[in-house]
Amino acid sequence: MSDSAVALDDLRFRWPGQGKACLDIPALRLGQGEQVFLHGASGSGKSTLLNLLGGVLAPDSGRLQVLGNDLSRLTAAQRDRFRVDHVGFIFQQFNLIPYLSVLDNVLLPCRFSARRRGRALENAEALQAEAGRLLTHLDLDAGLWRRSASDLSVGQQQRVAAARALIGRPELVIADEPTSALDTERQDAFLDLLGRECAAAGASLIFVSHDRRLAGHFQRTLAMAELNRVGDAA
Amino acid sequence: MSYLPALALKSAWNRRYTLGLTLLAIALSVAMLLGIERLRQDARAGFAQAVSGTDLVVGARTSPLQLMLYGVFRMGEPTANIAWSSVEHLAQHPAVAWVIPISLGDSHRGFSVVGSNAAYFSHFRYGDAQPLSFRTGRPFTALFDAVIGAEVAERLNYRLGQRITLNHGSGEIALAEHADKPFSIVGILARTGTPVDRSVHVSLEAIEAIHLDWQGGAAMPGLSIPAEHVAKFDLRPKEVTAVLLGLKSRAAVFAVQRQVAGFRDEALTAVLPGVALAQLWDMLATGERALLAISALVVAVGLAGMVAVVLAGLNERRRELAILRSVGARPRDIVALLTLEGLTLTGIGALLGVALLAALAWTLGPWLQAEYGIAPRPFSADLEELKLLGVVLGVGLASSLLPAWRAYRLSLADGLTPRI
Repeated sequence: MSDSAVALDDLRFRWPGQGKACLDIPALRLGQGEQVFLHGASGSGKSTLLNLLGGVLAPDSGRLQVLGNDLSRLTAAQRDRFRVDHVGFIFQQFNLIPYLSVLDNVLLPCRFSARRRGRALENAEALQAEAGRLLTHLDLDAGLWRRSASDLSVGQQQRVAAARALIGRPELVIADEPTSALDTERQDAFLDLLGRECAAAGASLIFVSHDRRLAGHFQRTLAMAELNRVGDAA
Repeated sequence: MSYLPALALKSAWNRRYTLGLTLLAIALSVAMLLGIERLRQDARAGFAQAVSGTDLVVGARTSPLQLMLYGVFRMGEPTANIAWSSVEHLAQHPAVAWVIPISLGDSHRGFSVVGSNAAYFSHFRYGDAQPLSFRTGRPFTALFDAVIGAEVAERLNYRLGQRITLNHGSGEIALAEHADKPFSIVGILARTGTPVDRSVHVSLEAIEAIHLDWQGGAAMPGLSIPAEHVAKFDLRPKEVTAVLLGLKSRAAVFAVQRQVAGFRDEALTAVLPGVALAQLWDMLATGERALLAISALVVAVGLAGMVAVVLAGLNERRRELAILRSVGARPRDIVALLTLEGLTLTGIGALLGVALLAALAWTLGPWLQAEYGIAPRPFSADLEELKLLGVVLGVGLASSLLPAWRAYRLSLADGLTPRI
């Protein structure tokens, strides 16, 4: 086991059918429990990096170690399993499956991962109780839990997404522009909540945004432009 | 993954209004497919039930099928009659056990009138060699006695003792009425599910009696013989339409058939009911196959509609697929999800179709029974129908692989970041 949550070395990735590489990252380290801000404009390769970290894509060459596991050595199915077992995701918007209730949305990772289910049950007697605990921490009223996800405001939806990313205490949370649909005031509130809950769960956090103003909330800031040797990757 | 079926159901329920129409199309097409198959089976069963134990049907020279149609099923018009002397000749044949003479041509409010004799009630068999039985009353004995079938009694609400008049010719709109010679109902037969239910039975002598003052299909002007005087005339039948023959031994059937065909006094035809039915099935097979092919096409259209609706919805669901991927759904889970959705839709559509057909058979059954003598069953676990349902589900499964494959491609290309 390494001490790093994420360790990349000489990572290269090229989309099939494209002549030029999309990502070429000499090195990237993220400590366990660390919360970093990853700044990247669109087209900087950050989406590709997230898909690599999540195990959806496999690198062409180089080392891609997440939580001590060399993802490039895993099969696609093993990476799918690894993703749900160890990584929580929050997306830009439309994070929730519209036909599921708030609670069912939060519990999705537990449906697909025995590990997440087991870890969620360490905190509470029932999965619903643990989902409820997280939702309460994220300031979502019990009255909303049974509602359809599509009934919620965007801000509420993002907090539900955070609860889903955190349930079952994954070691790594990746947030991809989760605040871009929120106004400044709500952005700050959401960032504080997210940082606090990640810390409480002991999870490392990679927060990706094109908005540099949010960097102040984080211990460390990385920039795609500096990480990636490919300048204007798609 | 055990959560996928629940997820597929919830996803489908979320789009229930769009999918509802698709379901309706599938249900209607399945009801049509099964309905045609069931009508086919039930019509065949109905025909096969109509006569049993009769070894030969004899009539004037005509095609075997036509003789069978008018002699047993009361369908179509007889071309010619056979002389009573021929009937007596047949009855005396050493191989013949019994004969049932049948005289057709009159009707009562759309139901055919059958002239016969006591042999009809003692020797006629239907279904699984069942004899006719009376629900109430007795066979005809007096000249103007009539025995009616169960359907006639039920539809016209007739009771014993009621008086009815017969019409010359067949059909709902009678050409002329034998109004001067009313019959009284002395017996009502129990239901048989055969053309007997839709017949009015009178004696051969009665048929002679009502036609005494008729010639060439019309009442003779200026000549009217009142009912009370007909007994003075010779009422022995001069000709009948057909004869049902029962043999002492079935082994003699082909020999007797040959002898009848070679009968010197008159040109006759003798048919084996089973052979004539087989001919009928052969004749109908082409039409049946065409109908089945058309309804299969309608099912295909219904399923194509489903594929189109699911495919069209996929673009809006790319986020949903990305979310599912982020929580660990493998690409093959996505395929399973979409396939399950298609299979569920086809399954529910097929079930709705079965229910729709049951409802139709339930409501239209009595009318079909009365008009065409076919009573489709509301439900059936018939092997052919189960096979058809299996094929529908199979094709539904196969066609839902198309949206599944598309979703697979999309989720592989999009990963966690759909480009919308």
